[in-house]
Amino acid sequence: MTCIHLLLTLVFAVSLGTPVEIHRPRGVPLTKKPFYEENKPFTCLDGSRTIPFDRVNDDYCDCKDGSDEPGTAACPNGSFHCTNAGYRPTFIPSSRINDGICDCCDTTDEYNSGAKCENTCKELGRKEREVLQKMAEITKEGFLLKQQLIEEAKKGQQEKKVKVTDMQENKKQLEEKVEALRTVKETAEQPEKEAKERHLKAWEEQKAAIRLEKDKAKMAEAFLELDDNADGFVSVSELQSHAELDPDADGTLTETEAQGLLGGTEQVDTSTFESVWTNIKEKYHSESQSEEPAPVETPPEEVREPVVDNEPYPEEDVSEEEDEDDDEEDDYHEEDDKAPPTVRTPEKSQDDEEAMPPYDAETQILIDAAQKTRDDFEEAEKALREMEDQIRNIEKELSFDFGPNAEFTYLYSQCYELPTSEYIYRLCPFNRVSQKPKYGGSETNLGSWGSWSGPENNKYLVMKYEQGTGCWQGPNRSTTVKLTCGKETVVTSTSEPSRCEYLMEFTTPAVCQEPTNIDLSPHGHEEL
Amino acid sequence: MAVISIERMGLLSVVCVCLLFSSAFAVDRGNFKTCDQSAFCKRQRALKPGQSPYRALLDTLELSDSRLTLQLINDNNKVHLLLELYRLQGNMTRVKINELKPLKPRFEVPDVLIAEPPTEPLSFLSKDENGVVLSLGAESQRLIVSARPFRLDIMEGPEVLLSLNSRGLLAFEHLRLRKDTQAQPDGAEVKESADGDQQQEEGEKDEDGERDKEEDGLWEETFKSHTDTKPNGPTSISLDFSLPGVEHVYGIPEHADNLKLKTTDGGDPYRLYNLDVFQYELYNPMALYGSVPVMLAHNTQRTMGIFWLNAAETWVDISSNTAGKTVFGKMLDFVQGSSETPQTDIRWFSESGIIDVFIMLGPKPSDVFLQYASLTGTQSFPPLASLGYHQCRWNYNDQEDVKSVDQGFDQYDIPYDFIWLDIEHADGKRYFTWDPHKFSQPKEMLQGLMDKRRKMVAIVDPHIKVDSGYKIHDEITSKDFYTKNKDGGNYEGWCWPGNSGYPDFTNPEMRAWWASMFSYDQYEGSMENLFTWNDMNEPSVFNGPEVTMHKDALHGNWEHRDIHNIYGLYVQRATAEGQVQRSGGVERPFVLTRAFFAGSQRYGAVWTGDNAAEWDHLKISIPMCLSLGLVGISFCGADVGGFFKNPSTELLVRWYQTGAYQPFFRAHAHLDTTRREPWLFGPENTALVREVIRQRYALLPYWYQLFYHAHKTGMPVMRPLWVDYPKDTATFTIDDEYLIGRDLLVHPVTEEGSRGVTAYLPGAEEVWYDVHTFQKHNGVQNLYIPVTLSSIPVFQRGGSIIPRKDRVRRSSACMENDPYTLYVALSPKKFAEGELYIDDGHSFNYETKTELIHRRLTFAKNALTSSNLCPDCKFLTSSWIEKVLILGASKPRKVLLKMDGKETPVDFEFDASMSVLTLRKPGMNAGNDWTLLLQ
Repeated sequence: MTCIHLLLTLVFAVSLGTPVEIHRPRGVPLTKKPFYEENKPFTCLDGSRTIPFDRVNDDYCDCKDGSDEPGTAACPNGSFHCTNAGYRPTFIPSSRINDGICDCCDTTDEYNSGAKCENTCKELGRKEREVLQKMAEITKEGFLLKQQLIEEAKKGQQEKKVKVTDMQENKKQLEEKVEALRTVKETAEQPEKEAKERHLKAWEEQKAAIRLEKDKAKMAEAFLELDDNADGFVSVSELQSHAELDPDADGTLTETEAQGLLGGTEQVDTSTFESVWTNIKEKYHSESQSEEPAPVETPPEEVREPVVDNEPYPEEDVSEEEDEDDDEEDDYHEEDDKAPPTVRTPEKSQDDEEAMPPYDAETQILIDAAQKTRDDFEEAEKALREMEDQIRNIEKELSFDFGPNAEFTYLYSQCYELPTSEYIYRLCPFNRVSQKPKYGGSETNLGSWGSWSGPENNKYLVMKYEQGTGCWQGPNRSTTVKLTCGKETVVTSTSEPSRCEYLMEFTTPAVCQEPTNIDLSPHGHEEL
Repeated sequence: MAVISIERMGLLSVVCVCLLFSSAFAVDRGNFKTCDQSAFCKRQRALKPGQSPYRALLDTLELSDSRLTLQLINDNNKVHLLLELYRLQGNMTRVKINELKPLKPRFEVPDVLIAEPPTEPLSFLSKDENGVVLSLGAESQRLIVSARPFRLDIMEGPEVLLSLNSRGLLAFEHLRLRKDTQAQPDGAEVKESADGDQQQEEGEKDEDGERDKEEDGLWEETFKSHTDTKPNGPTSISLDFSLPGVEHVYGIPEHADNLKLKTTDGGDPYRLYNLDVFQYELYNPMALYGSVPVMLAHNTQRTMGIFWLNAAETWVDISSNTAGKTVFGKMLDFVQGSSETPQTDIRWFSESGIIDVFIMLGPKPSDVFLQYASLTGTQSFPPLASLGYHQCRWNYNDQEDVKSVDQGFDQYDIPYDFIWLDIEHADGKRYFTWDPHKFSQPKEMLQGLMDKRRKMVAIVDPHIKVDSGYKIHDEITSKDFYTKNKDGGNYEGWCWPGNSGYPDFTNPEMRAWWASMFSYDQYEGSMENLFTWNDMNEPSVFNGPEVTMHKDALHGNWEHRDIHNIYGLYVQRATAEGQVQRSGGVERPFVLTRAFFAGSQRYGAVWTGDNAAEWDHLKISIPMCLSLGLVGISFCGADVGGFFKNPSTELLVRWYQTGAYQPFFRAHAHLDTTRREPWLFGPENTALVREVIRQRYALLPYWYQLFYHAHKTGMPVMRPLWVDYPKDTATFTIDDEYLIGRDLLVHPVTEEGSRGVTAYLPGAEEVWYDVHTFQKHNGVQNLYIPVTLSSIPVFQRGGSIIPRKDRVRRSSACMENDPYTLYVALSPKKFAEGELYIDDGHSFNYETKTELIHRRLTFAKNALTSSNLCPDCKFLTSSWIEKVLILGASKPRKVLLKMDGKETPVDFEFDASMSVLTLRKPGMNAGNDWTLLLQ
């Protein structure tokens, strides 16, 4: 059976190196020493029972709270106090006493297990002090930076508020300006419209005259063609050679039919042909024209005929233009107007006669003037929109929770990257987290700004980004960003502890706490 | 570890796989054959009973000392079969039927029997033209061979215990030449019994018959896009068994179904064909990852077993006469009992091989376990640590992750012994390697665990990435150890690493080489606390038929068809042998497998594969492990928490409570689940999980002792109640509670929102003590137990003594030298007994050097005595007895410890309300002789 020392003579050195002897049961912290009075009955710390003192640390659990066995593993709920001179004193569960694993740096937990433990307290203490020192420095500097950040943020916020107010004022002015320019524009556009209409009307008339002229020429030409015997008359028989004129479309132009076309007479002269022409011109095929239309190979000249037939097109064009004129907000309008009026689609431009002549100088002056008012108006309107956007952005920024002292403001609209072996991770605070494969491939959204979600006492230690790209058979990706105090603002690590749940560590001065006076002297003196 | 339910996976990118994954959350039944889609199953099942064409040719009978041979003839096709009968030691009979002159040898399963079973003499009792009667020795047991039609009956006194071919469903598809390529041998091609058409005169239906056969898939069979070329043609076999007086049959795992097997009339037979079934469904006879072709039959009088030694695809039909009677016993010269006699009829059929059946005649359940153990061996004795808690996840991402999880257990003061790494730990799924970024310093990681006296398991699957430059692949290639495809090239299929080869584990040279890969110099980064997990060893082939290997693939001369169900056993065997060898034969191995076969118990642990975080999956874990235990595989567990999907907190807690009281206790989770280490669900739930894991650790001495017994006797560790209460019919269908050993009864809470469970406490004149409150309850009763989320109803049998180590530490190794507390639960007659087993917990020294302590603890006549069960054994322990609790005791005047001729008084306390006597710190060494006297 294991033999347990009831009392332990603790010999340890404080930093000064003075040996001091303390008598108390193994595993009991100094603060509890008064409860363990040698040779007096021991009352369990929960008061549940009283036992003879020789049952303290006798490797049998008598107290429900485990207080009779501070130095053995007998009680399932006991705890053992390691003094850890030179480092930090600590409690370990008593199940770790003599389990073969060195838990206390002063080796006191392994007094009977055969485990070879080395006292590492001094080393640990030294390292811890170094770390603490460093941490303290970081905290100190970080906190200073934080003060600056707060100041800047406050200043920035103030400026922004002022700016917003200014901008609101500007916006109002801009709105007024836009309205004023709209009136100016509309005023300038009225004469422009009228001038354009006039111009168009003149052009229409001109076109009609040209058409009439052309028709006459064509009629004369047809008459000559039809008048095969050149006797100055077109006879029924001469007309019959043009089967296409057959009114009942049965393929033959009978004598009666031809006579009908000629107005009931046997023959017509040039003057009476005029009325006949009106009846037949739609169907009439010039004899000089190819019988087999070959559209693909047709020389451009011959294309002209159908185009001439398509008279409505230019008119439609014009009417479109007019429609657009009415539609002042339309972007196309601007382009169309700027384009010279003669410019048509290639098909139409082939027909030179059909091109509308340029506006006369007077109309052009009106158009130019109207255009200027339009440009001015649009510019003003654009400026207004931009102003509104700016105001919205600033208001959005001002609406974020940038911490109790706005110390996180500086992170806004910044991004921080961390390359790993496979990916580049990117944290844009208050916006989103993403992951991009290093060697090609598209970016994955690991979550958009959700909320601060740190512990209750300081929610500003953790950021949560949610609703990233969905995972199959699972939730959308999300990222938790843990913030720690640092001089630099850096993403220090990323991991994916659970599928599609990312964890990012991020240092920033903004979470540095005001340094307290950390006692960096070696521990252990409290034991004395 | 997951499986993929799709074919053609090889053509799809990972992204596509993901899409398919998400499509539905249940097994895709279309990926797996029904009986109708398996040509031989369909043929065999079409066969009608009562028309057996087989006749025993009694004049060919030869009887040597222990072996009887006899020819059978199929009167339809004149093919001769050879029947061999053996009487085996330990009350077993072996029946072998093969073709008398097969065209070429038929496959006989090697490496399952631990030795050629020793025989005992057979002798004639009588013989006439109708048959012969042979004596099976003890208890007037006789074996009756009837000639026309052929049948076998095993009788004891006037009762028939079991009959073979009593329904005439013996069918043996003989090897034949293919008609379209070879001249037809005279009469050999006629439809035979398996075609369900024995009435036809031979030759008459020749042409039609042949055409039918082609339609029946005799020489080729296509399932989905996969064609099975069948160069040997039809080779299936079948035999029926009748069990008069039997209504309850068990076993033939692995199925996600109740403990008591159901009749298969009107549905598919139970199927045994090791398959990687993605998101399996519950309560159906579909095949799963492993197969043990062993069925147990039980009634109040007797327990028997049938072991059908065949590794090919096998189906088992079960029917019972409760609906309709079968004609029975006409040939026998006695009157069968009343017409109410219940009877169960079984029919086995397999795609190839021979009929090789072991009939285990019991009569007690423990006899059947011993009989089966004498054939195929017992459960390997696991290292003690492997009975602790295992923390697994697909995947622990990197060394940092492993470290922080390990620290989490310490921070939350939860014990654990093993942390596991799934496939992502390896470099591109090249097993035996480590991911160079995430696990760059495996030894550092393992050393970190070793410093905490903990261990690790890393996965090693049997599919090998085809990648020149990968040492394992290169060596297998150069040694020509890969399984071959039908055309003789290396068989390749898709699995986790992409294109993969499958080593031919049936080849002993291959296994020896594989084992050598586990030596410390070969397996870089491995250390003595690294153990192995063999997953996907059905084998899983993502783009293969039914997600496994093509049946016409070749293992040497044998088709994969012949050996399929034993492939996984070989993988685990070779791995376990590797672990033994790396320590020079000193240390016990620990290997977990998913696929298994008869005999797999010799090589390690089994788990129930890829279950889901659903209450029904928690519930089914009980019958699934009970069924495995009945057929020798005691080291069984289910993924705690459920592999697929995220468990509710309540389900997770309930699963920990259940898993802590099942043999293999491992939490595991799919890659796509959220993290679920035990401390992630709030302090209350952390406390609940901590508590139940601590209960597990306190009971480790008992678990360990039970595994020692399983190793010695084949007794299952986790067992149905009927095993220990064989005459109590109320226990025969119970599968929501079970016994651990003989002495602990567990009724896990497996219902959501449960406020109470009703536990059946068996045993007239027995009492059961609630292990948490020590409240005493009488058997036989249905006890309603109100439960809260902290309840796990467990009872200790009055009359038992269970040693515990109540000082729970962070791993089992840390508890090695801790003292014991004895829980003595008195029977109504104030008696109790138990055992204490101690050894070093990890080496073979218990066996090779008898370094163990094995003691009997007896409480009788107010004295608790420890006596030596193994006087020749030598082992020193520093463990001692710190406390004795006697439940159901009365208050003594004084208590004395008698040891080494001295008597010393022992302090005690008595709790009158619960009648619990606590002896304070008697203090004797656990290996000593001693007596505690209550006066």
